[in-house]
Amino acid sequence: MRRPFWILLIAITAGYLAFWFLLIAATAGFSTPQAWMQTLLKPEIRYAAGLSLITCTAAAALALLFAVPIGYLMARRDFRGKTWVDAALDIPIVLPPMVVGICLLIFFQTSLGRQIERLIPLTYTVAGVVLAQFVVAAAFAIRTMRGTFDHLSARPEQVALTLGATDFQAFWHVALPTARRGMLAAFCISWARSLGEFGPILVFAGATRMRTEVLPTTVWLELSVGNLDSAVAVSLAMIVLAVLVLVLVRATGERV
Amino acid sequence: MICLESISWTAPGGGFGLREVSLDIPAESYAVLMGSTGCGKTTLLELLCGLRMPSRGKIRLDGQDVTHLEPRQRGIGYVPQDLALFPATRVREQIRFPLKMRGLKDDQGLVDELVSELGIGHLLDRLPEALSGGEKQRVALARALAARPRVLLLDEPLSALDEGTRTSAMELLRALWQRHRLTVLHVTHSSAEAAALGRLRLRMDGGQVTPA
Repeated sequence: MRRPFWILLIAITAGYLAFWFLLIAATAGFSTPQAWMQTLLKPEIRYAAGLSLITCTAAAALALLFAVPIGYLMARRDFRGKTWVDAALDIPIVLPPMVVGICLLIFFQTSLGRQIERLIPLTYTVAGVVLAQFVVAAAFAIRTMRGTFDHLSARPEQVALTLGATDFQAFWHVALPTARRGMLAAFCISWARSLGEFGPILVFAGATRMRTEVLPTTVWLELSVGNLDSAVAVSLAMIVLAVLVLVLVRATGERV
Repeated sequence: MICLESISWTAPGGGFGLREVSLDIPAESYAVLMGSTGCGKTTLLELLCGLRMPSRGKIRLDGQDVTHLEPRQRGIGYVPQDLALFPATRVREQIRFPLKMRGLKDDQGLVDELVSELGIGHLLDRLPEALSGGEKQRVALARALAARPRVLLLDEPLSALDEGTRTSAMELLRALWQRHRLTVLHVTHSSAEAAALGRLRLRMDGGQVTPA
């Protein structure tokens, strides 16, 4: 009785994976390697690729900076309203991407937002690209770090307290070194999320060529002028980057 | 000495707790606490360490009221059941940890002395994952003693060891207790450990501690 059941599950899994492989294979076979190289050597595409690498790294680093303390708090302490805080931390994950962009755009039109903009101009700037990537990527980084700390026993940190450590020292000298694989995974996941971010960037930072153009923006711009070869070449480059990140995350032993 | 005065504690949710526990363990004595699983022995040790706060009562160590002191201010060495070695820290740094946290230099060669006393010189560059159960236990003891505690709390420290290692570990505990003139509270399920080590034998039952 059990064998047909497991065969059915294997067939569903194989069918799902085959669908994805077909999608990627079809995209890869759409044009020639020469056409890809021609596209990827265009100055505007190289600019978008360079800007994507820089902004994704900055957004992922910023996300990790928030994710580590928030993840540690959520994993180690119980407090009133924790369930609500937990739900609130997931808001960027469930919000439609365009809505995140609109929220950013409207916030920076308020008096507080304008004050911040006087210090760091964000709307329609490269810094705005980083912020738009960060707001969504941070939620994924927080989830990963919370999962990491949840899986690590708090006992070594408690023993550190009895050995003379303050709460911060126990966190810094014991919890952080133990969580380094989780931190790498959180960085990679938020980097990958940032690479694919489009909606909030389009709305908040714009899609200006050689200025705020990142790779997803390039795909959209190339598609909008009917240049399918270029859009496919950039998409393939993004697929390669995403797969590399997935391999790196798996190699750290963390599940995405 | 360890003195608990009518200590009460209730678990979050209120299902389990300790009620009005009182206990006196004279200075430099080796007390063994026995009791069934889940009766609150580990909770009692955590209250002594300052990892949990009692809802009522006082905890005194050598006459000093430490009830509201942070764990690091209590002068307690704690070896939990799982030993809780720092997973990403080499043995040498584990043992130096208490000195580092207090910003002290090891002028008197305390770390070398403990390493030699516990016979772990060959393990100093290893991570915990590369240690056997008996080696981990020795490292955890060295780390606890490097803090120069006045009280040593041991939570079933020998439970994961095989018979032969356990016998030598009991001898080691007895020697450390005498040499460092410690007040020890040792939680165990083993009557053999209690008979071999305990100068004072206690039993915990129904949230109360009584002489065994």
